[in-house]
Amino acid sequence: MANNTSNSQGGGVHARRIVSYIVLILISFLCLFWFYVLFINSTRSNSELSAGFTPFPSVHLIENWTNLKNGTLPIVSGMINSLLIAVLTATLATYFSTMTAYAIHAYDFKLKKFMFTFILMIMMIPTQVTVLGFLQLIDKMHLDNSAIPLIIPAIASPAVFFYMKQYMDSTLPLSLIEAARIDGSGEFRTFNQIVVPLMKPAIAVQAIFSFVGSWNNYFTPALVLHDDTKKTLPILIAQLRNADWLKFDMGQVYIMIAFSIFPVIIVYLILSRYIVGGVTLGGVKG
Amino acid sequence: MNKKSKVVRYNKWGYIFLIPFTVIFLIFQLIPLVSTIYNSFFENYRSGLTQIGPNFVGLANYATIITNGDLPMYFKNTMIMWVLGFIPQIILSLLLGAWFTDPSLRLKGQTFFKTVIYLPNLIMASAFAMLFFTLFADSGPINSLLIQLGVFKEAFSFMDHAASVRGLVATMNCLMWFGNTTILLMAGMLGIDPSLFEAAQVDGATANQIFYKITLPLLRPILVFVMITSLIGGLQMFDVPQILTNGTGNPMRSSMTLIMYLNKHLYSKNFGLAGALSVFMFVITAILSLIVYKFTNVQEQK
Repeated sequence: MANNTSNSQGGGVHARRIVSYIVLILISFLCLFWFYVLFINSTRSNSELSAGFTPFPSVHLIENWTNLKNGTLPIVSGMINSLLIAVLTATLATYFSTMTAYAIHAYDFKLKKFMFTFILMIMMIPTQVTVLGFLQLIDKMHLDNSAIPLIIPAIASPAVFFYMKQYMDSTLPLSLIEAARIDGSGEFRTFNQIVVPLMKPAIAVQAIFSFVGSWNNYFTPALVLHDDTKKTLPILIAQLRNADWLKFDMGQVYIMIAFSIFPVIIVYLILSRYIVGGVTLGGVKG
Repeated sequence: MNKKSKVVRYNKWGYIFLIPFTVIFLIFQLIPLVSTIYNSFFENYRSGLTQIGPNFVGLANYATIITNGDLPMYFKNTMIMWVLGFIPQIILSLLLGAWFTDPSLRLKGQTFFKTVIYLPNLIMASAFAMLFFTLFADSGPINSLLIQLGVFKEAFSFMDHAASVRGLVATMNCLMWFGNTTILLMAGMLGIDPSLFEAAQVDGATANQIFYKITLPLLRPILVFVMITSLIGGLQMFDVPQILTNGTGNPMRSSMTLIMYLNKHLYSKNFGLAGALSVFMFVITAILSLIVYKFTNVQEQK
């Protein structure tokens, strides 16, 4: 395409560089535009919003937030539920996946190869495919309408396991474990006090991904949680969409969306170095 | 002899450390999978207040979802929206990946651009869809912006046209995933032996020739991997069209996806049809995963 001009080396590179900057800036604009409008609109009142689009913020941010908080949607409890489920999911997923990866990495046993292949095979099974049986099962276990079935299954997270295993292959020497053994450390203690601290960078990356995955998850929680006080943010967003939204105060709609999106953006901007670097090793789409 | 028995004694810990994963997997994934398959052979739904079934009906549920036209139609919808999102996504990712990894370009601000393009991937899909819904509403800011700019005379109803709804879903999917794809492709491009590029440059190849004759062919395994994993993800498309169309898939169910259909049956507790649909999804995903697995294995052997 634009690269056609690059036949002569010197000037060609210059032209290509300009083209790539222009395209990159356009694409960045396309990525950020929506969030900018979201931010602007959440600072405007309903009457200002119906007057049309402007690119400048207004002063009604706090007012919109108070209105939303005092409205019908249980937004604060929604955030607490989302936060609680996401933190526990991330904790369980990373700790137990590290443990599973350690079992395969550090020990030699008959089923080792089989288990590794098996976990890789089940990595791709979508949760949606088993959700019917899952719902019937938690119904029988009397765990329906509870956060527990959204948290506990994180213990078996094949994708997190795979990342941990790859990280161990490159950074965890078996001689270190051997040394701990000679010093008389038990296997479980070695895992907790030597392996887990060494895995901190990988655990951090996967904790972020698990947290975000759980925070954003809509499908399963919407089928499991029924009480208003137990619902998570994505379910409330769906409820907002389902409401007769034309009668809604649009300022509240925008602040609600902003409220679900901006915490993740802020955390992302702080930790982006680790996240972007961590994508490559994981290599599996959600 | 003594040493060996000691090693064996340690190795039992391999099994012990695998217990949590195995137990949770068996309870929350394997048992549900088996019972989903089991359900697919039974007639089991509610008609008004009366519960019908469960009665064994063999493959009747499979026949129903195929012959009443629902499955083929929703499969087609899902695929159209996936392709519409995937083509721009892969082109953008190849272009950006090639630029980021091209040493002669020496682009500045790479960290900034990578951070920005990856950002939409972490956004809550349902909130993103809700945002698009409000932005593209008849009285929303996009319409008023386009009218102010003189593009439209009156508001365009994005939600009433199959093409615009599908287009919006595809746009969102593309925006959410192209950053991720770019980073994966970049890893592949950086893995290519730099001496190949140097040799081509010495021989006077242009940037275009290098891209088409060296980068692209060597990137093929990763491209296949990216495509199939994206296809698996695309088949699971749910949050975005569900929220955008409020679960209806309107207009005329033209943006109803397979998982939205499954979700509908789960809500109305039609477990027979939901089961058959799940098994169908499972089989397709399994086949696609096997292809990925084969490809990555071939890669390792090389």
